[in-house]
Amino acid sequence: MENLLAIAVGMILVNNIVLTRFLGLCSFFGVSRRIRDALGMGIAVTFVMTCSAAITWFVYEYLLVPAGIQYMRIVVFILVIASFVQMVEVIVRKKAPSLYRAMGIYLPLITTNCAILGVVLINTEVERYSFVASTVSGFSAGIGYALAILLMAGIKERLEIAEIPESFRESPIGFIIAALLAMVFMGFGGMV
Amino acid sequence: MKEFTKGILKRNPIFYLMLGLCPTLAITTAVENALIMSAAFLFVMIPSAAIISMVRRWIPRNVRIPSFIVIIATFTTIIDLLIHGFLPRFYEVLGIFIPLIVVNCIVMGRVEAFASKNPVRESILDAAGMGIGFSAAIVVVSIIRELLGRGYVEIFGYTVIPSFTRSPIGVMILPPGAFLTIGIIIAIFKKKGLLKGV
Repeated sequence: MENLLAIAVGMILVNNIVLTRFLGLCSFFGVSRRIRDALGMGIAVTFVMTCSAAITWFVYEYLLVPAGIQYMRIVVFILVIASFVQMVEVIVRKKAPSLYRAMGIYLPLITTNCAILGVVLINTEVERYSFVASTVSGFSAGIGYALAILLMAGIKERLEIAEIPESFRESPIGFIIAALLAMVFMGFGGMV
Repeated sequence: MKEFTKGILKRNPIFYLMLGLCPTLAITTAVENALIMSAAFLFVMIPSAAIISMVRRWIPRNVRIPSFIVIIATFTTIIDLLIHGFLPRFYEVLGIFIPLIVVNCIVMGRVEAFASKNPVRESILDAAGMGIGFSAAIVVVSIIRELLGRGYVEIFGYTVIPSFTRSPIGVMILPPGAFLTIGIIIAIFKKKGLLKGV
């Protein structure tokens, strides 16, 4: 139990997926204009990441390892994630149209979000977690992503009324803020 | 020739298109890492673009993205195994960022936007230009970070720029330094008007 808590805190704060491990940056900078969008993206990523972590654990342990083809993991994982996202999109569109309108546009973006594949690879390859630990790690990584993108969106909304030097408008200031956020998250180092 | 040169400066994938940021920030702690990453990246990008351009007429539109991903993943797996086998030291450092070339937005973006619609020769030139633009960007970022963060630049055991200070700015090789460097580079580019349209 303590171990799971350590994984969760580690993934959310100490090794934050966006600010410390540099995964999922494209959407972190792209979809953080408004808090509403950021929230939608954060929820969608958390959901897909948790499920992908669980599914790929089974695929890795019961398909790839017994067959001795771990080197096929890149192709297999990306296909599993892509088909899972596609499936979720179809189900949500049929069963919950209102949810689809709120979350739907973020789903296709997630397939090429490197955070998902990154977390899955960290789970299976680097850390070799058990099933429960993998799922917890996937879920906490998603929460970490949501936290980072929400913080970013909150600051960016304030920035619209701030006076920024001409050359720093739009993307450069985003990076500077990310640098400051990363410094803040460095403060969590050594907690776990 | 236009296909080749546009990716290098005017429409640089990192500073202008803002694609493929993850490896740019993550592995630029040392110049040698950036060089190995560039080589791996070009190795994936050029053949993928060539093959996708060759088979573009036979891929149905609906399944094009999965097909592209499988082709890109094949080359990524090859380079992943090669680096694991021959450069184990770098495999440790670059870690998951070699497999992650497969979801790199530059590769997918260029393949989808260019190679799937254009003949082989142009596609190769476009891929090479974008690949070199990416490589140039990560090498520049890594030089700045290693120089400021360590005080010297050392590539494969050779000291290229000798130590000039006894108290380097350690934060530059930590995560915040990566964001800071790229933010300031883009700001300088904007000031000088080097990028198209910004």
